[in-house]
Amino acid sequence: MAIYSTNEFKSGLKVMLDNDPCAIIENEFVKPGKGQAFNRVKIRNLKTGRVIERTFKSGDSLESADVIDVEMQYLYNDGEYRHFMTPESFEQYQCDAKAVGDASKWLKDQDMCTVTLWNDAPLSVTPANFVELTIVETDPGVRGDTSGGGGKPATLDTGAVVRVPLFVQQGEVIKVDTRTGEYISRVKD
Amino acid sequence: MQSAWQPTASLDSLRLRAEVLRKIRQFFFERDVLEVETPIVGQSCGTDPHLDFFTTTYDLATVDQTLFLQTSPEFAMKRLLCAGSGSIYQICKAFRNGEAGRYHNPEFTMLEWYQLGYGLDDLMAEVADLLDYLTAGYLNLQATQRLNYQDVFFNITGLNPFVFTIEQYEAFALANHQPEALSLCGHDHNLWLDFIFSHHVQPTLGQSRFCLVYGYPASQSSLARINTSNPNTVDRVEVFIEGVELGNGYYELQDPIEQSLRFDAEINGRNVTGRPAVVKDARLISALEFGLPECAGIAIGLDRLLMILTHSKHIEDVLSFSITRA
Repeated sequence: MAIYSTNEFKSGLKVMLDNDPCAIIENEFVKPGKGQAFNRVKIRNLKTGRVIERTFKSGDSLESADVIDVEMQYLYNDGEYRHFMTPESFEQYQCDAKAVGDASKWLKDQDMCTVTLWNDAPLSVTPANFVELTIVETDPGVRGDTSGGGGKPATLDTGAVVRVPLFVQQGEVIKVDTRTGEYISRVKD
Repeated sequence: MQSAWQPTASLDSLRLRAEVLRKIRQFFFERDVLEVETPIVGQSCGTDPHLDFFTTTYDLATVDQTLFLQTSPEFAMKRLLCAGSGSIYQICKAFRNGEAGRYHNPEFTMLEWYQLGYGLDDLMAEVADLLDYLTAGYLNLQATQRLNYQDVFFNITGLNPFVFTIEQYEAFALANHQPEALSLCGHDHNLWLDFIFSHHVQPTLGQSRFCLVYGYPASQSSLARINTSNPNTVDRVEVFIEGVELGNGYYELQDPIEQSLRFDAEINGRNVTGRPAVVKDARLISALEFGLPECAGIAIGLDRLLMILTHSKHIEDVLSFSITRA
């Protein structure tokens, strides 16, 4: 296992902290003129998603975490687990609800997404930045209203609810930004 | 996307640097302070327990000799003072290994000056004059503030920096969600002071003004003189603006024996923390034995001053080529 010193800490580096895998977000070098140098580090716990700040003495080190992001295809939900597959090796992974987290509302069968593995076990799932989903339920729009203002809630085939413009109808496929949960556009066939 | 051959600073920022350098020279010319140059590469180096240095090998000597890139020009400038130079200033590069970040580049530009016959008060007044002169027309600042270390430390943390009650220091860290401080600092009073000052006090210093903090604990004495009326403190000043440390100055210690003992203590401290060994600068000690005139001196980091002048977020924004492109 590799060891990283504070001066190697950079955004994205995966390390072990308090026995949990974490990702470094920000590393600020703080040195009083004549005193001890510190590194004030902003770090995300990859299990809980929580962001904390931790100070280290410069030169201290942390063990690397065996964390990798793998592109996988979402296969199906068996009720308890969701199943994913790497398209090259056809290796399958099952993720419980905790690992899938909020990604669940954007996952449609066959779609590609990113599964983060820690010691080869799924840690979290990140949907593609943009997904195309079908509206299964929304109020009928007012004919002639083409403005972007206002909007109405629409339920998608994955269960997610997003605000869409009034002119968008039930049964239409729309493109959504999963990072913000915002409607982007209609998808023409 | 920029290419690696391109400067990290804008050309406007480089022009401003040139103007600041010109104004500094004008300021000291008018005050009859002599500009000097001292070696960048020397046979000894500062013993500061928290500094790492660059070394190089000198091949022309009969035996290959390790030389040090200077972490500050202080020792050589003091030897000039002992030799009778009168008041002097220098604008030079200084080198500190392993220091890189938003406010640190391992090679940086320093302004350092010494005024004969000055005490700490005189020095603080001159620092305020110079900084006012350099920032006029660029920053709209309030009058420079002077704060006593003990007062500002207490006002912000409720802790007395001169009385080490570990339970109170630990309680402060825990209340501020920094449990790691307990293992980081342990029973080391100085380390606690560094930790708390840099995390909680410094960020509040110098809002829209320069702030001079003086009266540092004697345990953080370095090359400053012990204060005559309060021997728990030294006549040392630090300059801050917008939470950024700009400089460090002293009413300079003259006593060669005391200075030699402090060097020994620092060298010992380096051994304890496993830092590379340094040798005491015997030539500085000899010069102090000959006699250092009464004086006060200070070093100001010019790159950080330029950051403040240009509202830059990163030191590379004011350097022609930061270490990543050097």
